[in-house]
Amino acid sequence: MAITHDEVRRVAALARLRLAPEAVARLAADLSHILDAFTRLQAVDTAGIPPTAHAEELALSLRPDEVTNPPADEALLAGAPDRRGRCFRVPRIIE
Amino acid sequence: MTQPALEAVIGLEVHAELLTRSKVFCGCSAAFGAPPDTNVCPVCLGMPGVLPVLNRRVVEFAIRAGLATHCRIAPRSVFARKNYFYPDLPKGYQISQYELPLCTGGHLDVLVDGTVRRIGLTRIHIEEDTGKNLHDVEDAASLVDFNRSGVPLLEIVSEPDLRSPAEAGAYLRMLRAILQYLEICDGNMEEGSFRCDANVSVRPHGQAGFGTKVEVKNMNSFRAVEKALAFEIARQTEALAAGERLRQETRLWDADREETRPMRAKEHADDYRYFPEPDLPPLVVDPAWVEEIRASLPELPGPRRERFEREYGLSAYDADVLTQRKDLADYFEAGVRAGAAPKEMANWTTTEVLRLVREEKLDAALVIREWPVTAAQVASLARLVQAGTITRSTAKALLPRLRGTGRDPAELVAAEGLAQVSDRGALERAVAEVLAAHPAQVAEYRAGKEKVLGFLVGRVMRASGGKANPQLVQELLRTALARETP
Amino acid sequence: MTALNELSLRETVARVRRREVSATEVTRAALARIAAVEPALGAFLTVCEPQALAAAAAVDRALAAGEDPGPLAGAAVALKDNICTAGIRTTAGSRMLERFVPAYDATVAARLRAAGAVLVGKCNLDEFAMGSSTENSALGVTRNPWDPERVPGGSSGGSAAAVAACECHAALGTDTGGSIRLPAGFCGVVGLKPTYGRVSRFGVIAYASSLDQVGPIARDVADAALVLAAIAGPDPRDATSAPHPLPPLDGLDGPVRGLRLGLPREYFVEGMQPAVETAVRAAVRVLEGLGAVVEPVSLPHTEHAVATYYLVATAEASSNLARYDGVRYGLRVPAASLGEMYEATRAAGFGAEVTRRIMLGTYVLSKGYYDAWYLKAQQVRTLIRRDFEAAFARCDALVTPVAPTTAFRRGERLADPLTMYLSDIFTISVNLAGLPALVLPCGVDEAGLPIGLQIVGRPFDEPTVLRTAAAYEGATDWHARRPPG
Repeated sequence: MAITHDEVRRVAALARLRLAPEAVARLAADLSHILDAFTRLQAVDTAGIPPTAHAEELALSLRPDEVTNPPADEALLAGAPDRRGRCFRVPRIIE
Repeated sequence: MTQPALEAVIGLEVHAELLTRSKVFCGCSAAFGAPPDTNVCPVCLGMPGVLPVLNRRVVEFAIRAGLATHCRIAPRSVFARKNYFYPDLPKGYQISQYELPLCTGGHLDVLVDGTVRRIGLTRIHIEEDTGKNLHDVEDAASLVDFNRSGVPLLEIVSEPDLRSPAEAGAYLRMLRAILQYLEICDGNMEEGSFRCDANVSVRPHGQAGFGTKVEVKNMNSFRAVEKALAFEIARQTEALAAGERLRQETRLWDADREETRPMRAKEHADDYRYFPEPDLPPLVVDPAWVEEIRASLPELPGPRRERFEREYGLSAYDADVLTQRKDLADYFEAGVRAGAAPKEMANWTTTEVLRLVREEKLDAALVIREWPVTAAQVASLARLVQAGTITRSTAKALLPRLRGTGRDPAELVAAEGLAQVSDRGALERAVAEVLAAHPAQVAEYRAGKEKVLGFLVGRVMRASGGKANPQLVQELLRTALARETP
Repeated sequence: MTALNELSLRETVARVRRREVSATEVTRAALARIAAVEPALGAFLTVCEPQALAAAAAVDRALAAGEDPGPLAGAAVALKDNICTAGIRTTAGSRMLERFVPAYDATVAARLRAAGAVLVGKCNLDEFAMGSSTENSALGVTRNPWDPERVPGGSSGGSAAAVAACECHAALGTDTGGSIRLPAGFCGVVGLKPTYGRVSRFGVIAYASSLDQVGPIARDVADAALVLAAIAGPDPRDATSAPHPLPPLDGLDGPVRGLRLGLPREYFVEGMQPAVETAVRAAVRVLEGLGAVVEPVSLPHTEHAVATYYLVATAEASSNLARYDGVRYGLRVPAASLGEMYEATRAAGFGAEVTRRIMLGTYVLSKGYYDAWYLKAQQVRTLIRRDFEAAFARCDALVTPVAPTTAFRRGERLADPLTMYLSDIFTISVNLAGLPALVLPCGVDEAGLPIGLQIVGRPFDEPTVLRTAAAYEGATDWHARRPPG
């Protein structure tokens, strides 16, 4: 199960992780090694077996349509790395 | 010009913001217009450890929309995460529905150029809106406001059944009218509560397979949608005719230059890595609840328009105008119930009343609660005209005076003596006086100049202070002119 | 005369409620103990002395006014540092949140406070709860109180060490693949992972949403039960919290005569440390002596549990950790463009193990691989659950070792990630099936290191698990042993 360096770079881009070249090589090796060990999973007969998407047989409980939160105060915005007024500020988004 | 051999294939994806009080997954207000980052909480800011809890009314609204469009309501549907990075997406994923949406397989019947076309709906599902990005005027930065993050959306996807920009426009107008009738969305494209993206391709007539599909975004009005589609269809047609290959891409509509342009190519085509949302168990919908909602649905615009034509003998045009808005249609029917003849009520509503409504911008509200004049007042006016008690011009003049009062026009007419004179005796005397005063015109009429009658009618009307019954005056004049000999 | 900080939680609360000792004195004793041992132990990332004393003073005031201060009045408790505490730094053991101060409490934190418990500090953990030894913490080193050269287990290593070293009466940890149970086993204390949905996850920094659970770590079963009772129950802020109320836990000292205990044959593997197997089998005989009926059972899909877990958990984690992007809170590494900001922030904020798991999780969810890996794993997960359902048709509880070995040396398992992952083989299936499970000490090895016994129950059957554990505990004294110092 060989994960190529290109694969690693594609996945890193999807996850917005910057990897140094050594890290790319190491992760390629690690992921290949791990997935190799997991390959035996493929041999398990799962025909007709439903996936467990949720841990228990619960139906979703709903909440009433009410405004229960007061307008946000400073505390919630206080941890923002960068702000202008009440807005969060980030480097320019280019469309 | 030769017949185009290509047909356009259009599918529309609409995102409708729902009119709930609170957001879809938290108890923040969903109201528009608050100062930035006011209607926010740890949940809709995507802070560590927070969890979504689904708003019951969002489900109710979604079921309403599904039933109104003849969809199948899934007894069990599943939420999913759509994963991508963007500053206005606080969790780095959007909670949506993917493999098992709430509603599937519906349709809309749309009137285009006098024909009804059935447009299929693939699905309707629930998802959350993102925050809003703004440009920081001061420098090369962007600002993000999360008030809109978590506002509930319905995504409504049509089958690629539309064949022209006009059909697309009609589909959007009908869909919007339905959502407004249901009072679940105010349908305002300019303000962003009703958004539309399109998928367009062309193919030779008769071909089953699809051509290269182009996604078009950034259309901010119905007209923009129609123009963008027309442009895109022409562009694709010309490109193919020139032997070019079309690229499957996303293009943005530029309203200023009136053209579509490709979006900046992204480095990696986004792979959204959908998987079932582990923080929300499956949504199980009780069939009894669905039936309750079905029973509460109002008569929808299409069927109502058809009924207006059938039951009231209205023209297709009038029926269409009246049923664009439920409150307008309700107003019309209230007037008919109060005794106005349908065609009269239709006429008054679509001209005078609608003008007042637009002047006062009352149609900005989703449902008009306070009318400048009530349906009962208009009905009363219509009946007074029908009965010949007042002239139509008197009635028109009265309308603005009724505005804001509760007065019955009949009472006002009586109080001010506005009733038109229909007393034959009095009118015969007036006619005689006018004929005596205008021998030249009398002679012209008898010589065959029919048009002079209008002048003579006008003289009698003036002499009566405008109150004479014009039809009666005309009848009496004709009789008198025919009778007398020089 | 037992030192205040060495008393059980029950006994402490009883004395506080009887006003024999004040909550303030109890808190001071805990803080003094913390000051004494922390330099060597490193269980805490944050000690909140002023808040603790204020909370204790409030308990004392309530008592003086004749009000009921709550069932945990005056108990010194600690929270794993992935549980949000309003106004108190919550780091998840990561540079990403090194300075993050939440404006909100996790539900479990609020419930403990409402019960009168006094929060003394936040405990060290593997970064974002990913690890089995607490060695992946970016912010501190925690040692095993029994031997400083050994790991305390993970990821709730700080919580388990703090309880074992009597720095607090109880602590909360989280358990996704064994992260309460393994450190409890390695540190010689009691750790309980409740049924999935039993305890609210609101405010608990998510690792793998369908597997994470919060649970108590304490020095005996009755204390653990008391803490569970204070935190369990449905929460309208957590849609995955179950509506079942916790049944009364007063039948803890009930008999286990006739109780059917299963021994899964797949959990007694080659390569297990002999002392571990010996101790666990001896524990089983003790339970038989008390009247339990023991029989072998099989959980045939056990061999696929580690793979299944690491595919599902990392997939969910890769999504849960996407919110750490430098925009709204936490670390931001400034950069000229948005893309660079994302990448630089996440590179600086996440350690190697977290990066590895995000990569693995992103890979198995990505286009072309979803069916083969993620979907397949979720299907095998169903088979693993069915294995347990079949076993529970014949047994009331299952008994296993918590790990193949006792606490390993620091640095020993860092070279190959798979070796570390295999520490979890006996705990992982329980999370995949959402079952309740408790670990308590059942012996020591030749080096004096604790050996943990695991008891697994049916969904929502914490009473049977607790009763079985209490019966074993009542017949032995392993739980009374304390680490040196």
